[in-house]
Amino acid sequence: MASGTTATGIGKGFGQPGEVPGWVNNALLPVLNLVAALVVSSLVILAIGENPLAAMEVLLYGSFGYPEAIGFTLYYATNFIFTGLAVSVAFHCGLFNIGGEGQAYIGGLAIGLVGLAFGGMPWPVVAAVAIVAGALGGAAWAYIPAYLQAKRGSHIVITTIMFNFIAASIMTYLLVDVLIAPGQQSPESRQFDQSTWLPFMHEALGRVGIEIPNSPLNLSFVWALACCALVWVFVWHTRWGYEIRTVGQNERAAVYAGISPSRNIILAMAISGALAAFVGLNEVLGVHHRLILGFTGGVGFVGIAVALMGRNHPVGIVLAALLFGALYQGGSELAFEFPTINREMVVVIQGLVILFAGALENLFKARIEALFRRTVRRPAAAG
Amino acid sequence: MDYLTLLSVLDGTVRTAAPLVLAALAGLFAERSGVVDIGLEGKMLAGAFAAAAAASVTGSPWLGLLAAVGAGILLSMVHAYATVTHHGNQVVSGMAINILVAGLTPTLAFAWFQQGGQTPILQSGERFESIALPLADTLGGAVPVLGPLYREVISGHNILVYAAALAVPAAAWVVYRSRFGLRLRAVGENPSAVDTAGISVAGLRYQALVICGALTGAAGAYLSTAQGAGFVRDMTAGMGYLALAALIFGKWRPAPTLFACLLFALADAVQIRLQGVAIPGIGIIPVQFIQMLPYVLTVLLLAGFVGKAVAPKASGIPYVKER
Repeated sequence: MASGTTATGIGKGFGQPGEVPGWVNNALLPVLNLVAALVVSSLVILAIGENPLAAMEVLLYGSFGYPEAIGFTLYYATNFIFTGLAVSVAFHCGLFNIGGEGQAYIGGLAIGLVGLAFGGMPWPVVAAVAIVAGALGGAAWAYIPAYLQAKRGSHIVITTIMFNFIAASIMTYLLVDVLIAPGQQSPESRQFDQSTWLPFMHEALGRVGIEIPNSPLNLSFVWALACCALVWVFVWHTRWGYEIRTVGQNERAAVYAGISPSRNIILAMAISGALAAFVGLNEVLGVHHRLILGFTGGVGFVGIAVALMGRNHPVGIVLAALLFGALYQGGSELAFEFPTINREMVVVIQGLVILFAGALENLFKARIEALFRRTVRRPAAAG
Repeated sequence: MDYLTLLSVLDGTVRTAAPLVLAALAGLFAERSGVVDIGLEGKMLAGAFAAAAAASVTGSPWLGLLAAVGAGILLSMVHAYATVTHHGNQVVSGMAINILVAGLTPTLAFAWFQQGGQTPILQSGERFESIALPLADTLGGAVPVLGPLYREVISGHNILVYAAALAVPAAAWVVYRSRFGLRLRAVGENPSAVDTAGISVAGLRYQALVICGALTGAAGAYLSTAQGAGFVRDMTAGMGYLALAALIFGKWRPAPTLFACLLFALADAVQIRLQGVAIPGIGIIPVQFIQMLPYVLTVLLLAGFVGKAVAPKASGIPYVKER
């Protein structure tokens, strides 16, 4: 068995050593779970009375089939990278942050206020201030549930959910009664000065001579990729990241090692909230150029699926965010093409992906591992 | 506030509390068996949709209730399959169910009824109507204080409200007095002991989740076929989460959970009363701040009064035989 192990490279992956190669755990199983989710989604489409294969084709073409669509897909993916990273940082500390929605909302509020206040300033200054302000806003909104979990033992899942509702109420109040543009009916703030707008990707690349079609994709995407790198460094290459992971793995062991769980719970949640807040950078400063009601649109919840699919690793999260970005963009195309399908179909697929990739992650695991051990043992026995 | 206003607030409290009580008791059975169920919200929403759809098609609220209970149990079984059979993460599974249902209900409503994600408005025969208890009007006029209380607050609700009221002592009896309840509590505290005694841990948890599904389904049916007249998207609006908070605040016991539900419902009834009313010294409070009252109350209660509430010990941990 020992020779077989070295010959096939078993034990070199991230998974349980000596069992299956890493790519099975990190690529094959997520893909299998995704396929299962898509199969069940097809059943839903059948129940509506449409052809699932035709629907999948529209979904695929609508998300990647032409250059503009790719821009839209990447624009949606930007949001999901932020919320996926947010959920994953909390996950590393053993926390389930369902409050990404509220944190993105309040963080976006801070970013919007910067946009309103810094009119006339050049966009790089505004973007830098907005990133700091948004991070502080999101972190502050995550701090309270984190503090209550760490010091008072109130369940973070419940408190973050409540904070989503509270954030929604506050934002409705602010946009209806306070920030609403004078003489306007719909609850939204006045438009920011054009100088503060985050450049769209087609503008930014156009300046250096690269022509791409117009889409809402903006420079936030670059910041999202930068955040991936920052999170990777933070979680795996700093002392703080190490402490957070230790608390997440085994709180009691962390205490024995002199690591304070409550301090790390608060730290992880604050970072998580800050990351979620950058959704506001993409939506408020990058696309809408004003504060509008409900600009988060459920992306905080999608972050859960993205983090689960991406195995809480930045590279995986980028891939999973691309998948969900494609689902969103393809989904709107789907709703456009099929009169009986509406936009909520995407939410159905999302829920199924969370179910299969997260809750049912063990569905195929045992069988695949058994299959692997059998196929690996056979050549070893023959030789 | 005069007496009749007070009575109407209490009446509103009872109406809002009924679905909360049903959902919180559902959560009680699940968590007492050691399975955290954050999917109460989704199951309620599914129940609401199933009830309204079935009642609208068949014309019978009872068939609607049956469909709601069926939908609740079906989703509960998905939860059980993921978390009990496959040892999946219970919070993730519950969240998946919430998101799935939030998308599925408007999608199906849109495709089946073509009314923009709603079901048709239910006519009077297709809903649970309010029932006047015997002598309500006579006593209400004749007996001071208690008479109006009987007429306004106790009488005049639909059958599901009374069912919810009866469900509390029934649940207490089942949990504390029946053999099933003894095993249920044991499996939530120490599943390996139950396993050693030769009783199936998985079997008990499946049974608990069947009860949980049925109760959440009924809670949803209340929303769409008794309180409202049809399904609208996201009509649960966080009620499932509030029920979960009430369960924690009630320390996983039926009677205190009932009072927690009544407290949340009271906050909601007061909230409706306060809208647009000027409070001396403060003025009119913006409606959004009043609407967030139950949520703020939940956070405060969980932070201050419950503190370290002792959950069933095995709750949230999948049971694996060879651990």
